[in-house]
Amino acid sequence: MSHGLWIIITGSLVAASCGFVGCFLILRRMAMLGDAISHAVLPGIVIAFFLSNSTDNVFMLMGATVIGVLTAFFIQTLHTAGVQEDAAIGVVFTSLFAIGVVLVSLFASDIHLDVQHVLYGEIAYVPWDMATLAGVEMPRAVWMISGVFALSLLIVGLFYKELKLVSFDAQMAAAAGIPVVFIHYLLMALVSMNTVAAFESVGAILVVAMLVVPGAAAYLLTDRLGAMLGLSIVFGIVSACAGYIIAVYFDVSISGAMTTSAGLLFMLCFLFSPRYGVVSRVLEQRRLKKAT
Amino acid sequence: MDFLLSVIQDPNARWVIAGCFLLGISSGVLGCFAFLRKQSLMGDVIAHAALPGICLAFMLQGEKNTMLFMLGALGTGLLGTWCVHSIVRHSRIKSDTALGIVLSVFFGFGTVLLTGIAQTGAANQSGLDAFLFGKAASLVQADVSMMATTAGILLVLVLLLFKEFKLLCFDSNFGRGLGFPMGILDAMVMLMIVLTVVIGLQAVGVVLMSAMLIIPPLAARYWTEKLSRMVLISGIFGAISGVFGTIISGFVPKLSTGPVIVLAAAVLFLFSMLAAPRRGLIVRQVERMRVRRRVAEERASREAERARVPYGGAVSKGGDA
Repeated sequence: MSHGLWIIITGSLVAASCGFVGCFLILRRMAMLGDAISHAVLPGIVIAFFLSNSTDNVFMLMGATVIGVLTAFFIQTLHTAGVQEDAAIGVVFTSLFAIGVVLVSLFASDIHLDVQHVLYGEIAYVPWDMATLAGVEMPRAVWMISGVFALSLLIVGLFYKELKLVSFDAQMAAAAGIPVVFIHYLLMALVSMNTVAAFESVGAILVVAMLVVPGAAAYLLTDRLGAMLGLSIVFGIVSACAGYIIAVYFDVSISGAMTTSAGLLFMLCFLFSPRYGVVSRVLEQRRLKKAT
Repeated sequence: MDFLLSVIQDPNARWVIAGCFLLGISSGVLGCFAFLRKQSLMGDVIAHAALPGICLAFMLQGEKNTMLFMLGALGTGLLGTWCVHSIVRHSRIKSDTALGIVLSVFFGFGTVLLTGIAQTGAANQSGLDAFLFGKAASLVQADVSMMATTAGILLVLVLLLFKEFKLLCFDSNFGRGLGFPMGILDAMVMLMIVLTVVIGLQAVGVVLMSAMLIIPPLAARYWTEKLSRMVLISGIFGAISGVFGTIISGFVPKLSTGPVIVLAAAVLFLFSMLAAPRRGLIVRQVERMRVRRRVAEERASREAERARVPYGGAVSKGGDA
């Protein structure tokens, strides 16, 4: 298969997987927690790399997932200790990210991660790193991300009702006997896993964008959770494909272009969504004014 | 030691340290207002949104021009805050999601521009990379004097309008009732925060600049209950972390300044959280143990009392709840 196709598949998988999980973050008003986790896993990745001396194992995924859940835990601990939530998020993730950047720049000669790689990733190199599993040869990144995506789908499928209730009315969920704290950390673990799987190949910034932007665009179009999840996957894939075309045409950063096209897609929804768009609401108001 | 001596003797290093000192003070002071207005993460958005502005300025000029960079950063930073506000106001999207959208999309667009510049092969685009994680060593006298002017204006404004800003943070409705133009003051604080971010970009970088607005105020909050003292302490903390971070990062040539400054601030925060009088965790833990012991003693003495007086017997001496 051609290189371009693999890149598009990688981008689409990242976008679909992150967008899918991101919907719950948006509904729970924790979008910035996703941003925080996707920065904070960096030291986890670097430390796991030192311990295992390679980038391609499940060990690294586990290590960074632990760090991601720990981030959520630190933020929660600070919050219960009386620090307001936005400041708690800010202090935890910037400190952890700073540790990660220092580790990367101190040992940059030993490992192939560098600080810019961390931010925008090297999605263009994805097709050169193939791995064979069960007789199928695919890029390592595709294996990893599709695995995480499948796991996310499975877990969300199993706990769909619980996640839904916790997202829309956490108090009622608690009253109904749903383990809210467990569901919270389950979601955080999913976010961390998605982040880590995507981080190395596409960089932190595309992860943040895909966690938030497709879900937000979908949220403007529908009131049903199922439809929102489906739409966010579609939006993610569309922006990945459009981004790749833009990036090739102008010869610029692929993940940056994917982010930009997701932003454009969001802007379209923001303006022209049939029910919640700015333009349609103005038209609606005008129509009402005329009718009275 | 040799390094410290060279820092003191080298005029350029002195400029760099002066710059980080000023940056620390102004972000510490302005950060207090962002913190109290619960807009800490807005700083993160502004800093990330500055990247496309810097790149656009570079594309216009074709070379490193700090003044133009700052203007570009100011422009897109303000555009970013405007986008956040209008997304929240005109749609059902909540503020946290709006922050995430603007942050990532602006930054993503910035990287597109950055790579676009890189492939045109402009000779000195290396100056742009310094804006990601900060390169205090790239500060020259002209940069520092501009930072000093801006920081000076910001600090004087805070001093002059301190009472108004205090009102804005704690009870803006009351302020409106008193006839203060709260909308204008609000916009002014926002503009001042954007300016602080902009002057810090070169030393700390777009990615971690927000930490300088968040961490020093948070650390200062542990030491006092008064806004004036909090602003002062936060400014001092910011300055300390700026200077120490710059000096430490000077030891390792490959290290960017930004992360080290942030880590210096984080250490101050941890220290404050643990050791501050009254609000610190250690003091509170000691206090809790003391209360627990007192309760245990009281209970023990009450049990002893009860053991002496038989049930249904004489009325106890009172105080026996």
